[in-house]
Amino acid sequence: MTLFQLFITSMLTENIILTKFLGICPFIGTSKRETSALGMGVSVTIVMVLSSIITYLIYNYVLIPTNTTYLRTLLFILVISSMVQMSEVIIKNHFPKLNQLLGLYLPLIATNCAILGTTLLNVNNDYTFIQMLVFTLGSGLGFTLIIYIFSTIRERMEFARIPKCFRGAPIALITASIMALVFSRYFG
Amino acid sequence: MKTIKNGIFNENPTFILMLGLCPTLAVTTTFEGAYIMGLCVLIVLLITNFIVSIIKNIVPDNVRTPVYILLITTSVTALELILKKYVPALHETLGIYLPLIAVNCIVLGRALSVASVSSVKKSVLDAIGIGLGFALSLMLIGLVREVLGSNMITVMDGISSFTGYRAVYQVLPNTKILPITVFREPAGAFLTLGLLLAFFNFLKDRRSDVK
Repeated sequence: MTLFQLFITSMLTENIILTKFLGICPFIGTSKRETSALGMGVSVTIVMVLSSIITYLIYNYVLIPTNTTYLRTLLFILVISSMVQMSEVIIKNHFPKLNQLLGLYLPLIATNCAILGTTLLNVNNDYTFIQMLVFTLGSGLGFTLIIYIFSTIRERMEFARIPKCFRGAPIALITASIMALVFSRYFG
Repeated sequence: MKTIKNGIFNENPTFILMLGLCPTLAVTTTFEGAYIMGLCVLIVLLITNFIVSIIKNIVPDNVRTPVYILLITTSVTALELILKKYVPALHETLGIYLPLIAVNCIVLGRALSVASVSSVKKSVLDAIGIGLGFALSLMLIGLVREVLGSNMITVMDGISSFTGYRAVYQVLPNTKILPITVFREPAGAFLTLGLLLAFFNFLKDRRSDVK
């Protein structure tokens, strides 16, 4: 598989929300406004790329030589939460404008399964460093794309007359189902 | 008894609290995957709630969350190693969703909101209730998706290396309606959960109307 194919696959055909169900909680919970959806997507992408690089290096140069790969979940979670803290501090001190956009969402990411899921997939699939980078970037952008499209759909839906028992989460899940169908048929 | 019932009905993690949806959607293509996942979450919940309620007075307030996360991850890793040894086929099916229990919001949520403020007995009962509620909802979704999507019910297949025999049943032998393959795909997972949620909302509304 070429790098370009890998990028398109990870972003569209095997989108992490619509086919791997990672990061569903922010997808259903926070994506009601366009700006907040974009903020969430960008924060996730940044943290995802940073923590993927670090976990990849740790896994291949520390855990495999010392034969302690069973520690990966523990170590990955530590790396991700410290990455979240670090990017929070850096953004707050050096990019005040970005802080206004992302500040609210960064702390929420620490328990986002999309990031842990991607870092685990990276090491499970035996990617090379470049492949890993492309795959992670594709996944992050795919996450942002879907969460953004979904938020625009939901903004329109507020004016629709939905039966009472379908309001809120049920109609959101059914919308997601139609999106998943479209993505798997159109790009697949 | 009341705590357990509360976990299954009033605070059902899937249909009422809507927590931990990743595994709910991902592993429910077969009935077997669904109940094994439910069982794993139940075990992790039991272990962490039990330990958290014991150590709640020793752990300082400002490091509570990291300590609990480490505790949860350790029990998940132990469970993963056990499954890998005894039922490798299932370990393969559950894939990355098994380590992902570590960041499942149900487990951390219960540790923080219940186990860290209540007695050992109450936290264990709460873990059993919430775990059963989660497992039962997963089984329901798994059953619906497998019957509609593959016209089968898999009770024991991957686990057969452990129990010694297989149990896979066909539901309707002569039919042209089933299987509806879309229910095996990711789209079917979203659709099933959405429709079931709407159905439970409908029941709840009707019951409160009668009252």
